[in-house]
Amino acid sequence: MALQILAAPGDPGLLELPWEVPLERWPADQLVALPRGISRHIVRFVRIEDRVFAVKEVGERLARHEYGLLRQLERRDMPSVEAVAVITGRKTPGGVELDPALVTRHLQFSLPYRALFSSTLRTDTANRLLDALSALLVRLHNTGFYWGDVSLSNTLFRRDAGAFAAYLVDAETGELHGELSDGQRLADLETARINIAGELLDLEAGGLLHASIDPVVTANEIVYRYENLWVALKAPDTIGTAERWRVERRVRHLNELGFDVAELSMFTDESGSHVVVTPKVVDAGHHSRRLLRLTGLDVQENQARRLLNDLDSFRVALDLDAEPEEIVAHTWLSEVFEPVVRAVPKAMRGKLEPAEVFHEVLEHRWFLSERGGADVGLMPAARSYVDDVLSLKPDEAAVLGSRLGTPTVESDPFAAAAADADDD
Amino acid sequence: MATVQFDEATRIFPGSDKPAVDRLSIDIGDGEFLVLVGPSGCGKSTSLRMLAGLEDVNGGAIRIGDRDVTDLAPKDRDIAMVFQNYALYPHMTVADNMGFALKIAGVDKAKIRERVVEAAKILDLDAYLDRKPKALSGGQRQRVAMGRAIVRSPQVFLMDEPLSNLDAKLRVQTRGQIAALQRRLGVTTVYVTHDQVEAMTMGDRVAVLKDGILQQVDTPRRMYDHPDNVFVAGFIGSPAMNLLAVPVEGNSLKFGAADVPVPREAADEAGKAGRQVTVGVRPEDMDLVADGSGLSTVVNVVEELGADAYVYGTATINGTEHDIIARVDGRRPPMKGDVVHFAPAQGHLHLFSVESGLRLVD
Repeated sequence: MALQILAAPGDPGLLELPWEVPLERWPADQLVALPRGISRHIVRFVRIEDRVFAVKEVGERLARHEYGLLRQLERRDMPSVEAVAVITGRKTPGGVELDPALVTRHLQFSLPYRALFSSTLRTDTANRLLDALSALLVRLHNTGFYWGDVSLSNTLFRRDAGAFAAYLVDAETGELHGELSDGQRLADLETARINIAGELLDLEAGGLLHASIDPVVTANEIVYRYENLWVALKAPDTIGTAERWRVERRVRHLNELGFDVAELSMFTDESGSHVVVTPKVVDAGHHSRRLLRLTGLDVQENQARRLLNDLDSFRVALDLDAEPEEIVAHTWLSEVFEPVVRAVPKAMRGKLEPAEVFHEVLEHRWFLSERGGADVGLMPAARSYVDDVLSLKPDEAAVLGSRLGTPTVESDPFAAAAADADDD
Repeated sequence: MATVQFDEATRIFPGSDKPAVDRLSIDIGDGEFLVLVGPSGCGKSTSLRMLAGLEDVNGGAIRIGDRDVTDLAPKDRDIAMVFQNYALYPHMTVADNMGFALKIAGVDKAKIRERVVEAAKILDLDAYLDRKPKALSGGQRQRVAMGRAIVRSPQVFLMDEPLSNLDAKLRVQTRGQIAALQRRLGVTTVYVTHDQVEAMTMGDRVAVLKDGILQQVDTPRRMYDHPDNVFVAGFIGSPAMNLLAVPVEGNSLKFGAADVPVPREAADEAGKAGRQVTVGVRPEDMDLVADGSGLSTVVNVVEELGADAYVYGTATINGTEHDIIARVDGRRPPMKGDVVHFAPAQGHLHLFSVESGLRLVD
């Protein structure tokens, strides 16, 4: 069979890659050294023009299965890596058949969990990882996705206003259903618990886990965090007919958690004195959708929350309450957000995403103002942040992008266990 | 270890009125290796997932040993999905990679070590226990992953198409390893595959499903020699059994020019169905006979395998063309385009009702 490429339009450069060579032996000048998670398969990162792609060698059935699932998750706006192509019919010049390859686009500014700390993983970071992963799992389950292999390794993390946002990377064992059974959800949760414990025990064995963290106790946390969120989303409320305001409160609470409610199903119980209310939650992204609508900025949920708060303060400070929200947002964008982002010199723009920079500048202003006992103002804070904080940070654009220019080959997945970099 | 019982277990997916698994009843013995096999959509994976707790059971019950597990959470069923996940942890030793799930479960250190050593012996990994996974070959890494399931000593192993992602050579090799390992461990195992060869070579017993309905559950030998219906007859065996609707006259059927005597019951049944039966003959039971004394067949393709050759041909019965497959002596195979004659070997005839597809005579 001749080489076949099943791909979404837009990446003609894929044809140029050396598909006739086993991935393990791809020439170093084509590879990008990025920290990798623990994978069953051979995975390499390649650069085509200015984009980075992950290439995974895997059997045809799995490759097509995963490609199809990732495309479906993308259509549902789930946080997952983007499937680009499946390459089949690979053969060496000598006619030896090679495994098909699945190509995904590397998620900019995303980091594997092992790259999120420099010396040891501390409680605070571990908690933020678990929060992000449990939120991801709840979203996936809410859309009917059974993961089958939930783990920190199969997830990428993006900074999100001091927290993390989690993205699914590996959908090999995944399945999409109309709705998940409790058994499927609980099985995923148990897999998550066991895998996270394994991953933390591994960090411990490598001297990478802070002494204050108990791997097993911490891994069990995923169950509580997930359950709390799931109940908040799905559990029906029984309210008295005179307590309609509680419906409004439930919707607000869900919005605060970042979820939008598409519809409410309400029915009166037999006595007629109570109403049972079940929200149908569409998806997370309440704040990021609102910010996108107002400003065109496409950012993570917590970043959006932060930016919207700042937008609100701006509106109050300038007494613009009577103005339409869209107009105020436009003014805020050009007078507040953009000047701060532009204060970052070009050479430092690969370090953090603009929205994360803005969040950190706000934090920095608060810190400076508190120390000085008076508001220092936004632009002075931005300049001080660039000089004193940002300049010391590593690049994270294409996972530690500084290495983009000097690729080295990591031939053994076990060699990439502990990546360098970062801030904890 | 334990028995497993599907008792009229039924699964109906939301939005569907037809069960994906329809009143499935199978008793699986303690230590038995049972293979669920069938074409895509037959309900085999759904059945396994019902046992695993991943699919709700809408009717009937599932038991492991004496426990009714129908409504238990997956983690409370004491089962292990083997091969599901075999990422190894680079900083942990092979022993820790195998035993960490026990540590999570709070098992004490000495007990963990004991079980790990035991499993490592079975898996030929005892020499590597204190090494890191990096020092292992690919095959050894896979065995470590298998060790993870073994040390938990679950009551039942579940395997869902574990070999489907391996290449043909490795598949045959691993097939043998799994079967041998299961026999050594004696853990009750339920294994799902779409590949009937895999089913026949691995299972103590094989359960064939179609459209959510159990067709037959039997030993591989019995399944091959005594298929209960036309579907099983055609599904089990490679190349497939010849299944031909042929006329019956009196107490014999007309296999081309050959008169083949059939039992009374079969002849009676044929009388109800326009004097026809479905005859099943395995390719190896198609004997070449003299011209004019059997079913006249035009040879289309000859596949020479050395000792044997397979003849793929066409025969006309009652004005309808049928594909014919026959295994012949590899030293004197016919040529493409030849006209040859076949008759069924005595005592190797399978007869099925044309109407119900059920086997007519034992």
